[in-house]
Amino acid sequence: MIAEAGLAALWFAAALAALQLALAAIGVRRSMASGTAGISGDGLTGQILSAVRPVAVVQGALAALALGLLILVFVRSDMSVLLVAENSHSDKPLLYKIAGAWGNHEGSMLLWVTILGLAGGAVAILEHRLPRPTLIATLGAQALIALGFYAFLLFSSNPFARLNPAPADGNGLNPLLQDPGLAFHPPTLYIGYVGISVAFSFAVGALVTRDVGPAFARAMRPWVLGAWIFLTLGITAGSYWAYYELGWGGWWFWDPVENASLMPWLAATALLHSVTVLATRDGLRAWTVMLAVVAFSMSMIGTFLVRSGILTSVHAFAVDPKRGAFILALLAIYIGGALLLFAARVGTVREGNRFDLVSREGALVANNLLLSVVLGIVLTGTLYPIVAAAMGVQLSVGPPFFDKTAGPVALILVAIMGAGPLMRWRRDDANAVLGRMIVPVAATGVTLAGFAALADGIHILPLLGLALAAGLATASIAPLWKRDLRRTPLFTWGMVVAHLGIAVSLAGMASDSAFTQQTLVAARIGEPQHVGPYTITLEGVRPVIGPNWSAIEGKLTARRGDGAPFTLRPQSRFFATPPTVTSESAIATRFDGQLYTVLGQMDEQGRWQLRLWWKPFVTLIWAGGALVALGGALSLFGRVRRERRAAKREEEA
Amino acid sequence: MKRLLFLLALLAAPLHADSGLPPAALANTQLRDPAQEAKAQALMVTLRCLVCQGQSIADSDADMAGDMRALVRQRIAAGESPDSVRRWLIDRYGDYVTYDPPFNGTTAALWLAPLGMIAIGAWLARGSFKRRRG
Amino acid sequence: MKRMLLWLPFAGFVLLFVVVVSGLFAPADRTVKSAMVGKSLPTFALPAILPGKPGLASAAFQQGKPRLLNVFASWCIPCVAEAPQLMRLKSMGVPIDAIAIRDTGPAIQGFLRRNGDPYASIGDDKISAVQLSLGSSGVPETFVIDGHGKIVKQHIGDIREENIPEILEALQGAQ
Repeated sequence: MIAEAGLAALWFAAALAALQLALAAIGVRRSMASGTAGISGDGLTGQILSAVRPVAVVQGALAALALGLLILVFVRSDMSVLLVAENSHSDKPLLYKIAGAWGNHEGSMLLWVTILGLAGGAVAILEHRLPRPTLIATLGAQALIALGFYAFLLFSSNPFARLNPAPADGNGLNPLLQDPGLAFHPPTLYIGYVGISVAFSFAVGALVTRDVGPAFARAMRPWVLGAWIFLTLGITAGSYWAYYELGWGGWWFWDPVENASLMPWLAATALLHSVTVLATRDGLRAWTVMLAVVAFSMSMIGTFLVRSGILTSVHAFAVDPKRGAFILALLAIYIGGALLLFAARVGTVREGNRFDLVSREGALVANNLLLSVVLGIVLTGTLYPIVAAAMGVQLSVGPPFFDKTAGPVALILVAIMGAGPLMRWRRDDANAVLGRMIVPVAATGVTLAGFAALADGIHILPLLGLALAAGLATASIAPLWKRDLRRTPLFTWGMVVAHLGIAVSLAGMASDSAFTQQTLVAARIGEPQHVGPYTITLEGVRPVIGPNWSAIEGKLTARRGDGAPFTLRPQSRFFATPPTVTSESAIATRFDGQLYTVLGQMDEQGRWQLRLWWKPFVTLIWAGGALVALGGALSLFGRVRRERRAAKREEEA
Repeated sequence: MKRLLFLLALLAAPLHADSGLPPAALANTQLRDPAQEAKAQALMVTLRCLVCQGQSIADSDADMAGDMRALVRQRIAAGESPDSVRRWLIDRYGDYVTYDPPFNGTTAALWLAPLGMIAIGAWLARGSFKRRRG
Repeated sequence: MKRMLLWLPFAGFVLLFVVVVSGLFAPADRTVKSAMVGKSLPTFALPAILPGKPGLASAAFQQGKPRLLNVFASWCIPCVAEAPQLMRLKSMGVPIDAIAIRDTGPAIQGFLRRNGDPYASIGDDKISAVQLSLGSSGVPETFVIDGHGKIVKQHIGDIREENIPEILEALQGAQ
């Protein structure tokens, strides 16, 4: 019954999305034809336009209801539902029963559509400053996107399909996914991906009504920021999850699925900078609209890549070319349509203000450009094996390629990130800028010289990374110098914190790359091993039983010089349904790094395989990511607060 | 107790490995010379595990990955250069085995794309700038 | 000029779409083929894994007659499936040698007892060293070697009934 109710809710939501689209299309058409922009609400046009908002809200609510009902059947382990039987098991802990609802293709698509509907509903409720036709066109675009996904769900990936006869119990959830990471990583990422769709809808709405200007940018900005914050958190969390789960101490592999999440982030970062220029200076109109379209295309391409099976990945879930084809068709319609609209309309949009090469706008254009280049590199590298296959060659493109190509571009970007906030709007003097940059440049130089001299055999890329991180950290705080900190706007703090976060993260990446120490050894019980400043002794190995797994657990005693010894317990875990072995690393976090330990197998001589790493300052990578997200949040609240105040003042005036 | 012992016995045998045999000697142990081990490690992260879903041999638990690590370490310990070991593997498996694609007719577009994109982007961006007179 | 520029993104998207569609509808062949086909067998000498069966050396393939080299293991399920086909080839007079990957004597003995023994000799490759030098990436695989030690053909996966003609053809061509 519950499953059928869920399916019914989904159908209703789809029907409402169709209605939303129809009303929006008719309403906007009429208001543009009549030329009065339909601002007054009394005529038929006005009524049609007014109806769209409530429909959007109810559509979102119904989709959320469908998702809630899916989670309910998972929690109850209702094995008569095919999805539950394929992906769950009654023994699973409750958290993974809930998270398992979206740990598969159909469920994750339902999550996607729910967030899409809720976001559309939120726009409908919260957005009041935009001229009505543009807002309604936006909601119409949102409905169009939703319709495609509803069709995908209802006709090709029904999450509520029944299984008859129902099996006694399910297949269980892939043990690699039985981790708190699954509870947070997909929803966070999806809120990000789908939030970008709102920006896309705004861009389409603006193109349709030829209203690309500061008002549109101000309306779109909070949504871009919000989505971007979640994308940042999602990627950071995903990286940390892979780091501790996969057992080899790596945190980024340039894997196609990882790249699929990075590309929308790069576009969204460029977009959020561009939208501020449009909102405050009325420049970069075409860039902003283009980036909104590109960001959403990347999130759809990402969705496609991880499900279609055209690229091998350790993270890929559903591999089904048929489903891939459906998403590809949707992609062609949305993105192809948007780009056609762009080509047809953007030429007639009045051009915004121009500015000098040396100016903050100039730095932001360089920022957009370099982020787009990095995005292009990641996209090309990820898809090139397919191009090569068409030429009859089997190729692998991995970290060596991306490090050599995207690495230097990213470092140049970091340098510009330091200089940009210190430049004036519209036009500035190059010498004056250099003058303001003395301290950051000095910090870079000192760090470069210092590490080059003291760190033996350090490679050029991590060396430059450390040096530029020092420069960027100094430069990002620079806008706060000589300012009254209490009167500094919240969004300026946001910029400072976010840029500082990038510097911190970069320092962590470079440090991990340059200074990680590794010990791989077959250890006897009681025999001390060394890694970095630590002495580690394997005291013993014992069996341990968990809720749905059993494991062998090693007891390691670690000691740093004369410090107090502490215990680490890495495990090698065995799951029965489905049969898998995972290694649960034991990590000790200190202020200056992490001690990462993994227990392997026993060899014929009774020695146990140990993998030990000392990773100095590796936590900075994710701490930096969190700072970046925090900076975004500060910016978001700062802007929203300022605009509320401005609106209030207008009312009172 | 018996159940625990049984489980322990079960777990002592490598489960994810296909064969019943333990890993090769140098699959999971480092070379004595840190400089050689560093060279071997740097090479291993750029070699693809042929039986995995997109992992380097340095990051994989698979048997064959272990055997490939042993081969790399053994050859480097014997004095071979990393490039020569990479070449040997490419001679056996084609360019698929290396994550660092070579520069040739097929991959020229890949390696030149970044430069092309910078050039196109810069050219597009100049339209946004004011013309300075004098 | 500016008008043309506006169509650039759309053109870029079309290119992207074409690449992706080609990946979807002409899926890449995921099997890893050996790059040694057409080249000489690398020099090797493997000890015997069973007391009654000789080990295998590359010199055995220079005797002037084409032979099959079967890479297999007792723990490999498809190897059981192809065993009848190998017995058939043996009965047709095709000489077959084997390399056992990561295996032990007793296990091989059990395998041969259950599935038949088509092999003239079996080499013991405990750490996959020879398998790697052949460019083989899994079990089972079968190589057709001509009388002068040149690798003529690689068959990846188990040999099925429909594969027998092409293997015989390769052996013929290698004469």
